[in-house]
Amino acid sequence: MKYYKPATFEEAVALAAGADGVTRILAGGTDVLVQLRSDIVTPDTLIDIKAIPGTHDITRTGAGGWRLGVAVTGAEMSEHAELVRDWPGVVEAMDLIGSTQVQGRATPVGNLCNASPAADSVPAMIAAGAVATVTGPDGSREVAVEEIPVSPGKTSLAKGEMITALTLPPRGENGGDAYLRFIPRTEMDIAVVGCGVNLRVKGDVITEAHMVLGAVAPTAVVVHAAADALVGRTLDDDALQALADLAEASCNPIDDKRGTIKFRTHTAGVLARRAAQIAYTRAKGDQA
Amino acid sequence: MSKTHVTTKVNGDEVEFLCDPRETLLDVLRDRLNLTGAKEGCGTGDCGACSVTVDGRLVCSCLMLGVEAEGKEIGTVEGIATGEELHPLQRKFIEYAALQCGICTPGILVATKALLERTPDPTEEQVRYWLAGNLCRCTGYDKIIRAVMDTAAEMREAS
Repeated sequence: MKYYKPATFEEAVALAAGADGVTRILAGGTDVLVQLRSDIVTPDTLIDIKAIPGTHDITRTGAGGWRLGVAVTGAEMSEHAELVRDWPGVVEAMDLIGSTQVQGRATPVGNLCNASPAADSVPAMIAAGAVATVTGPDGSREVAVEEIPVSPGKTSLAKGEMITALTLPPRGENGGDAYLRFIPRTEMDIAVVGCGVNLRVKGDVITEAHMVLGAVAPTAVVVHAAADALVGRTLDDDALQALADLAEASCNPIDDKRGTIKFRTHTAGVLARRAAQIAYTRAKGDQA
Repeated sequence: MSKTHVTTKVNGDEVEFLCDPRETLLDVLRDRLNLTGAKEGCGTGDCGACSVTVDGRLVCSCLMLGVEAEGKEIGTVEGIATGEELHPLQRKFIEYAALQCGICTPGILVATKALLERTPDPTEEQVRYWLAGNLCRCTGYDKIIRAVMDTAAEMREAS
């Protein structure tokens, strides 16, 4: 295994594009090192991107959104009061991953590139409309987060390509997001079901709605019909029931030791209701 | 395979070592620097027995490469006491018998010291969540939590 610590993304992309065998990008390493230690994936080339300027920064974009460097950790996000105020759902989703120790290293970009169906930060980022900047030998392009994972452990990134930044859109007025997951204990487990909801309201009426489910299909499931079910109405019992029904209908889960198909499907509906209620409360400017 | 030269600071002292890029920081601490306080429990970031601080941030040293320590400041359990004088956490852990086999103790001391530095007056719930990534199979945690709460109270009085 060769270890590189490039000073620029140009250098990192050139290394990745020219490397033979298995290449891994190292940010927090909470997946890469586990796979390395367990002999699941032993990279021939390991590219540590943490020495590249800007990779540790959380900055306001010109439009009023947020740009996250690719080495920004969960702990750094949770400690950033303004980011938490704008996107509490994204931050709480990231914060659910692992222990205090893992939070000190783990990054949302790593969570995305690991392409686990159960990645907690991914449904929340998709619901928020997050965009990844993908840089490769032919330049950079902006890719919606939902288009990065294509199947468990696989991403749409081509050889030599890497994510070089993550952008959350401007929160704007009267918006709120939330993420909930079910695990059989209170900490240190992998999502059995996850649900991210992002709403905008005018008064009590919903004007914009996004819902994304995690761990119930090979990749995160964007429930596009959530907008049809919610926009133009208040979050009353009928709306919540419609949302729960949609969540259940959108599930395509597996049976495994952590949850049966039936349990996962039911739980998706329960989490959809609860996450929507939190997002709605936040959108209206109340405390959730 | 060629080794990489790394310069870092451990418990305030500048140290240099040569390591294979596959070696974790935990391997380096234990096998190259003879700092055997940090323990390898799981090796996959689940148990916290290898907890250290890197530039003040609590991490699992088994989930970080030795080469990543270049230019960093590492804190281990060996740096907690001041000479012969134990850190209040160490004293309270003995007083409360907050350990049995002791494998998890160095990691828990490093983790709780990091907690009390940023949160001098934690609730019991905060301590339990903070330590969710530090597994102990002997104590049932209760004595650990009580030792930490009492240390926090003592340190607040002293400051």
